[in-house]
Amino acid sequence: MGEALPVARADAARQAEVARALREFLPARAVLWQEEDTRPYECDGLTAYRNVPMVVALPETAEQVQRILRTCHALGAPVVPRGAGTGLSGGALPPGNGVLLSMAKFMRVLRLDPRARLAVVQPGVRNAAISDVAAPFGLYYAPDPSSQIACTIGGNVAENSGGVHCLKYGLTVHNVLRVRGFAMDGEPVDFGSEALDAAGLDLLALMIGSEGLLAVATEITVKLLPKPLAARVVMASFDDVQKAGDAVAAVIAAGIIPAGLEMMDKPATHAVEQFVGAGYDLDAAAILLCESDGIPEEVEDEVARMQAVLETAGATRITISGSEAERLKFWSGRKAAFPAVGRISPDYYCMDGTIPRKRLGEILQFIGAMERKYGLRCPNVFHAGDGNLHPLILFDANDPDQLRRTEAFAGEVLEKCVAVGGTITGEHGVGVEKIDQMCVQFGAAELETFHAIKRAFDAQGLLNPGKAVPTLARCAEFGRRHVHGGQLPQPGLPRY
Amino acid sequence: MLAAFQERIRAAAAGGAPLRLRGGGSKDFYGGELAGEVLDTRGHAGIVSYEPTELVVTARCGTRLDELEATLAASGQMLAFEPPRFGAQATLGGCVAAGLSGPRRAAAGAVRDFVLGARLLDGRARELSFGGQVMKNVAGYDVSRLLAGSLGTLGLILEVSLKVLPRPAQELTLQHELSEDGALEALNRWGAQPLPITASAWRNGVLWLRLSGAESAVRAAAKSIGGKAVADPWTGIREHTDPYFAGDMPLWRLSVPAHAPALGLPGDQMIEWGGALRWLRTEADAATVRAAAERAGGHATRFRAVDKSAGAFAPLSPLLLRLHRELKAAFDPAGIFNRGRLHPGF
Repeated sequence: MGEALPVARADAARQAEVARALREFLPARAVLWQEEDTRPYECDGLTAYRNVPMVVALPETAEQVQRILRTCHALGAPVVPRGAGTGLSGGALPPGNGVLLSMAKFMRVLRLDPRARLAVVQPGVRNAAISDVAAPFGLYYAPDPSSQIACTIGGNVAENSGGVHCLKYGLTVHNVLRVRGFAMDGEPVDFGSEALDAAGLDLLALMIGSEGLLAVATEITVKLLPKPLAARVVMASFDDVQKAGDAVAAVIAAGIIPAGLEMMDKPATHAVEQFVGAGYDLDAAAILLCESDGIPEEVEDEVARMQAVLETAGATRITISGSEAERLKFWSGRKAAFPAVGRISPDYYCMDGTIPRKRLGEILQFIGAMERKYGLRCPNVFHAGDGNLHPLILFDANDPDQLRRTEAFAGEVLEKCVAVGGTITGEHGVGVEKIDQMCVQFGAAELETFHAIKRAFDAQGLLNPGKAVPTLARCAEFGRRHVHGGQLPQPGLPRY
Repeated sequence: MLAAFQERIRAAAAGGAPLRLRGGGSKDFYGGELAGEVLDTRGHAGIVSYEPTELVVTARCGTRLDELEATLAASGQMLAFEPPRFGAQATLGGCVAAGLSGPRRAAAGAVRDFVLGARLLDGRARELSFGGQVMKNVAGYDVSRLLAGSLGTLGLILEVSLKVLPRPAQELTLQHELSEDGALEALNRWGAQPLPITASAWRNGVLWLRLSGAESAVRAAAKSIGGKAVADPWTGIREHTDPYFAGDMPLWRLSVPAHAPALGLPGDQMIEWGGALRWLRTEADAATVRAAAERAGGHATRFRAVDKSAGAFAPLSPLLLRLHRELKAAFDPAGIFNRGRLHPGF
């Protein structure tokens, strides 16, 4: 979490000018500018950052999106796209001097083709809704972020969202075939295709995870996979978190790629158990959820192998889901971890660092030390299979000192993630939240390259400005230098 | 080594003299005309780190692909995208720059799907690092995946981190006799079922399928699909040593949606990737082949041909061309790297 960004506020005349320009082609209900109407858009899932947008636009057609962009481009007004507003990094924090472009009305599945195994959907379609419409054909959309009942595919594309099954089935970037939309100047863009590749540079890969800075998506083609015939989850208890971490490595070393491999520590399982009663072992220091899917014979074999590996790795208790209902119950606790933690603390702050798995013990010890240093509790849920940590710092936002300590705590953990060879964000994005830590992860030359990429798509820097990539001036002000592997690289570079 | 590379790049940029980045040269035939003075990357070689339990390998650009894959195989792992080498000299840098994937692509993903991070030297000789060695990383734009298939036009790839996967416990190839239409229908039907099909190839009325996975999974799938168990044809298809690829007749690579019907072009065809990759040996003119690919929702590459005048790649739309030019300028402002290899204009 960084200091709040300087907020540019527009005066009433500018607001009227932009709203009037949009009203020329949008109906009254699609242009909001009075504060009582725009205030609900003041933040996304990261509520610590709030800013009332100057104008909110609610287009319903791709043509309207194009005209909004053209108009704002001509007027030099910033535009911030927003899906369901579930993002956790402030990527949809509105511009006080621009237009919040809500894609909420783009809720249609345009085409579902079971033979081609793809769906063409509008960006406001919810992640889980895609699998729902594909289910009658035995198909599903694989990436399943925990917020999947609410988050939209447009937001998933912006953040390159993952989920609990992405070790085996990949992230958004592995499951989206095509993105169509508009660049900031209103020019139509079309990245990827229904084929497995497209001519030229892989701009689809660049677009996915670009946090809404390069173009606005209006149509997304996703790959659908055949639903596995069987799935079972092995739940293993450990009396020590390091042992649980080593067990994860042992599963991989045995040549198994689980469909999902998740870890929760004791504070997390306790919070969850009170909330959903998932049947977790409350004596365990950590539990692992290890899922196998495939054809029934394969699942039986793999579950037996998983069980053997986990026992050898020192599991103190192993439970295998005996029915689909029990499997879903085991997962329900993991998926409800955030809301469960929300019940035991006035506020919580979710981190998203990724680390090489072997450094897990070290990171958990570090987090423990930070809990003592800052006097704040921090349960951990962890996409163990792919090294993505979600420590949840518990605090009370009404106490300014707790908020300050939380921010310092989170900043130290993210910088530690970089120091052990990981990253500040695995799936939630940089947004406004981790923009200062970008100065730690990247040097000036990389940041300059990011800005040059941005200029290729949006020369005036109007689309989602101030997010994802810090200016070099901001990094100089932040004062911490890019450190990699304990050494300052590029000694010849100016030290900003 | 790095300093020497940087010196070459600075000198080239100062003089506006193009450089031709080259590893083993096994893919010299691919893409546009070769231009510039060769900068041989093979001196910058070796595996930097490999820990099987992290499922990640990091190696320098000049590392030979066969050596890298042998190292992974010794730990029971593999590059799941099965990159074609097209020669023993093939290097990792060339593999990523070319962005070509082999028979397992439709099931496992392409080169770009496995790239986790990269270091490169840009056109100003700056050493840049993007991505990392972890599975999930959304900090900054995904430049490392953009490098896959960029044909060395954005920079000199120094080092790449790739996700690796365990080798399947068992593989089995089955053969069916089917017409082109029949094969496409069957491939799409099987594709919608949870079957462990990891490669497919059809030619002249014969369809081969590879099943991979646990012994029980392969056995059960073989029973449900049927067909005759035959010897593994996949190395020949991956490496283009299969007789289909011999001779001087132009070879086209048509990347189309798997569900596209038969294209009806003259020539000798081989279909891979569940229908999504259609190789074609034909003398048909470039416009005809490209138009057919485009109608099907894909694009055609003149993959290997003596006469390069028709250009290797399908033309880009005006907006995409502008984006390509500006991205090129962002990484390589003097336009020195592999000029003309990806597009005649830059």
